[in-house]
Amino acid sequence: MELGRVFVEVNPLLFNGLWITVEVTFLSLLLAFILGLCSCFMGLSDKAPLQWISKMYVWLIRGTPLLVQVFYVYFAIPQLFQFLGFDLRFTPFSAGVITLTLNAGAYMSEIFRGAINAVNPGQMEAARSLGLSKWQAMRRVVLPQALRICLPSLVNQFIITLKDSSLISVIGLADIMYQAKIYVGRSMESFATYTWVALFYLVLIAVLTKLANTVERRTQI
Amino acid sequence: MKRMLGLLLVLLLSVGVLAGCGGGTEKAAPEANATVYKIATDTTFAPFEFQNDAGKYVGVDIDILAAIAADQGFKYELSPLGFNAAVAALESNQADGVIAGMSITAERQKKYDFSAPYYDSGVVMAVSAANDTIKSYKDLAGKKVAVKTGTEGATFAESIKDANGFELVYFDESPMMYEDVKTGNSVACFEDYPVMGYGISQGNGLKMVTDMEKGSSYGFAVLKGKNQDLLKMFDAGLKNIKANGKYQEILDKYISAK
Repeated sequence: MELGRVFVEVNPLLFNGLWITVEVTFLSLLLAFILGLCSCFMGLSDKAPLQWISKMYVWLIRGTPLLVQVFYVYFAIPQLFQFLGFDLRFTPFSAGVITLTLNAGAYMSEIFRGAINAVNPGQMEAARSLGLSKWQAMRRVVLPQALRICLPSLVNQFIITLKDSSLISVIGLADIMYQAKIYVGRSMESFATYTWVALFYLVLIAVLTKLANTVERRTQI
Repeated sequence: MKRMLGLLLVLLLSVGVLAGCGGGTEKAAPEANATVYKIATDTTFAPFEFQNDAGKYVGVDIDILAAIAADQGFKYELSPLGFNAAVAALESNQADGVIAGMSITAERQKKYDFSAPYYDSGVVMAVSAANDTIKSYKDLAGKKVAVKTGTEGATFAESIKDANGFELVYFDESPMMYEDVKTGNSVACFEDYPVMGYGISQGNGLKMVTDMEKGSSYGFAVLKGKNQDLLKMFDAGLKNIKANGKYQEILDKYISAK
């Protein structure tokens, strides 16, 4: 059967790509977590310009396809800078991390906002009446509860970003998908190859889900 | 978890069995005039297939196919899927034939039956029009070079990359490959000669600095052992349009003789 022969050939290639996929996804999610929190706080602040920046950012990222964002970061922005006289250039890896960070950050910003709003306002009031400053109350009382609430949505976003990272292969990032496409281009074994690609992602996401479940169980009250 | 795994296994096995069946279930030969053949092609591989200003697909491949269909009296439906997707469609029986500037290679002949060659092509290197440092393959040492997955250009670049010490970056579509060279992420790209020639004449911002490498010929492909009547009609039609001058007319229209 073709499936077995293709697996033997394609497996080492996919393993090469696996590491890149994991690296890009992990780095992007870490940065997106920070970016999302920042954007969320800006959105919740009472200063109008900060609110506006956060809203614009979320609007821009959610309103455009990821593929367009990838092209924009990798091709358009460097050419714009070169036109202005700066020699800016991204590697596919850095362009991938920037794009995925910006993309996941916007969604996480909304996830955090929803979770913070879901914490009973009485919690904030009680903390404030005990003499905590607004920031202290947020950090020590509201945020820990909010993070627990948003965990399932956050895990969902992690999974989406992991799968979205396959799109970065279009600019030449040597991830799982990229390796598969090169192999298919050479061997024309599209059906069998993509079956194994699907399995690779399935296993990756199964591991991620298992990890998330453990975290969720441990943070239960 | 165990049950999930079991389910997955069953799914995989059934997929394998289905794949095994594919070869055995030959369709009965269809009546030549009643069937509408599904022909898959690339999305943009100018001048072989591309959308003109009116949004209609035109090009050498498209016009040759139309001329042959008219000559042989068969109907077809054209779907521009992109090269890799077109080949995948052929393999999964979603398409009956592929005409996409597809080079006839020994590797591909193991899986597909090709028509007589309808165009002799070759591979050429191109660099950014603003680049004066790359003059030969030797100048590529330590640099990145863009190619398109599954093309003759990629195969050729792979064959010389170790000797000249450059690194390859793969793209799905020609325009992205050109962009990568223009941005300066890659210093050069390899592309079929007529395609690059047409792209440069249309102002894609690149230029050729080396001569064309003699390459393979393009053919119309069907899955091995399938749609043989379609293949026969294509060959017969090709002979006729070459004889009546229609073929040369099409080539002259898209590829200017130098």
